[in-house]
Amino acid sequence: MPIDTEQVLREQDRSRKAAALQYLAQQFRITVLDILHERGTGHWGGASSAAELLAALYFDVLRVRPDDPQWPDRDRLVVSKGHASCMLYTVLAHRGFLPMEELPTFRQLGSRLQGHPCMRRTPGVDMSTGSLGHGLSIALGMALAARQSGKEWWTYALLGDGDLNEGQTWEAIMAAAKFRPERLVALVDYNKVQLDGPSDEIMPMDPLPDKFRAFRWNVAPVIYNGHDMPQIFDSFDWIRSQRQWPVAVIYSTHKGRGVSFMEDNAYWHGAPVDDVSFTKARAELLATLEELGGKL
Amino acid sequence: MIAAPQISMREAFGEALVEFAGRYPEMMVLDADVSASTRTALFAKKYPERFFNLGVAEANMVDIAAGMATCGLRPVAATFALFISLKGGEQIRQTICYNNLPVVLAGSYAGLSDSFDGASHQSILDVAVMRAMPNMAVVVPADAIEVRQALAFALRRDGPTYIRICRNPVPVLFECAAPLEIGRIRQLRVGADITIAVCGVPTYMALEAADHLAADGIGADVLEVSTVKPMDEAALVRSVRKTGRVLTVEEHSVIGGLAGAVAETLGRLAPAPMDSIGVPDCFPESGPYPELLRKFGISTEEIESRARRLVAATSLPTKIRS
Repeated sequence: MPIDTEQVLREQDRSRKAAALQYLAQQFRITVLDILHERGTGHWGGASSAAELLAALYFDVLRVRPDDPQWPDRDRLVVSKGHASCMLYTVLAHRGFLPMEELPTFRQLGSRLQGHPCMRRTPGVDMSTGSLGHGLSIALGMALAARQSGKEWWTYALLGDGDLNEGQTWEAIMAAAKFRPERLVALVDYNKVQLDGPSDEIMPMDPLPDKFRAFRWNVAPVIYNGHDMPQIFDSFDWIRSQRQWPVAVIYSTHKGRGVSFMEDNAYWHGAPVDDVSFTKARAELLATLEELGGKL
Repeated sequence: MIAAPQISMREAFGEALVEFAGRYPEMMVLDADVSASTRTALFAKKYPERFFNLGVAEANMVDIAAGMATCGLRPVAATFALFISLKGGEQIRQTICYNNLPVVLAGSYAGLSDSFDGASHQSILDVAVMRAMPNMAVVVPADAIEVRQALAFALRRDGPTYIRICRNPVPVLFECAAPLEIGRIRQLRVGADITIAVCGVPTYMALEAADHLAADGIGADVLEVSTVKPMDEAALVRSVRKTGRVLTVEEHSVIGGLAGAVAETLGRLAPAPMDSIGVPDCFPESGPYPELLRKFGISTEEIESRARRLVAATSLPTKIRS
């Protein structure tokens, strides 16, 4: 069932909008799976993990103008976990930044859709990423620029587990607590699986909220379910009500969400989607989509 | 010795930041806990609301500057040359150069000038690193005047610029000269026998050496290559086609710096016999700056003797001078 994205944007009723975005995010997953299978390259795990968060950001939270991607007063999003690129491009295309027909050019020669996001090529991408650990520092620079220019845009950094392994992220966490720029928000897509295995084995990050608090951040009192749209809405209500900066919100998510044999499985961080896995995975994603369609 | 007054480049840099603050209200200055050394402290004192001290965290500093630059600000990020090029190197590549952001990166205490601190602080590969980054302009001023001019240029440039700054007082050479232009070689002496391509502090040594050589009838074309990238290929090739040989002189490793840039250009456009003065492939050591320079062959005498040798070795028998 195709969904009218313009209507989703305009929807005022909170629960109807949440249901529509939940559905849309699942649809994005299917598009991403199709592209990754077709191209034989790309990162399923981290892309699927961020589906709901990116859908909520672009369809409910961010003040952006697809017809004027460089609008100076827009809200900024730095997708520090750049390997979620295919999901980001899919959301941007549905939001009107790119023609949908361009999505299959992902990772091909001459494409605007690079393996990892490139701000110089893709409209709507606020920062090139891919090498982990950069995003929060860059977002801090953007938030400081807002303060310096007397502007009120919001700056969000979407971080993954790998980002949190990087020492630079902690340099940024320290510095953000020193300067405390208004409207700087770290969103952690905390799926607890990285390329080589479970984070608990590779590099344990818990207790993550306490770590942010120890660095004098204002941390959301609950860990939200990053795949549940009503909870994501709640998290942004909480964010918007804050006056103490910087703000961190940690979302519990699952790498490879939506496909039973891919979820929480490090193999699917970046493995090509083979034909057999694709058929099984697509069927699972479609079944869930139908369920979600029933709730619209 | 050149009789010119001596001013340190870092002092000139700090003063220039203050001087340009009014003209460039979008200029922000960032430092990594060495503002007293880089002299960004002069700016910090006058414009505290436009100064950001990030502590000893170079990577973070570079990416914060990048984030600012995407929002219309003109950041100048300064720390020691070794640390900005290596500790901030990945950020410079991934964020600043990949996105061609207008950030000025100031590498202070460059070359051997952090002389007593030793190899851990001496920066003899920063030009090589910065030069390999697409979109980056690499400027190596030779005196305090050029530091100021390089900064003025960099603040107007639509892309990243690395400015290499010496810690110690060096002779002022360009008080009355036309301003430095990024991408333009200055011809400081004219001669037909050898091209001496030089950048940075050793420039005054090359001038002294050229004068000594001239007294012996050897004419040196002295080219000050203040912009190691982009290379002023036309001026370099024109000179070497005339002289037939080239000696490079720099306060940097002989690998990947000015020598590399000149060899790459001439190898392609005008192959010619060449020799290079610079720090050999080794780690330097602690000591007084002038003695360190001398130890690694960066001296008027060494330039003179290597130039003579190159001319002799590459001259036809009839042209050999006694």
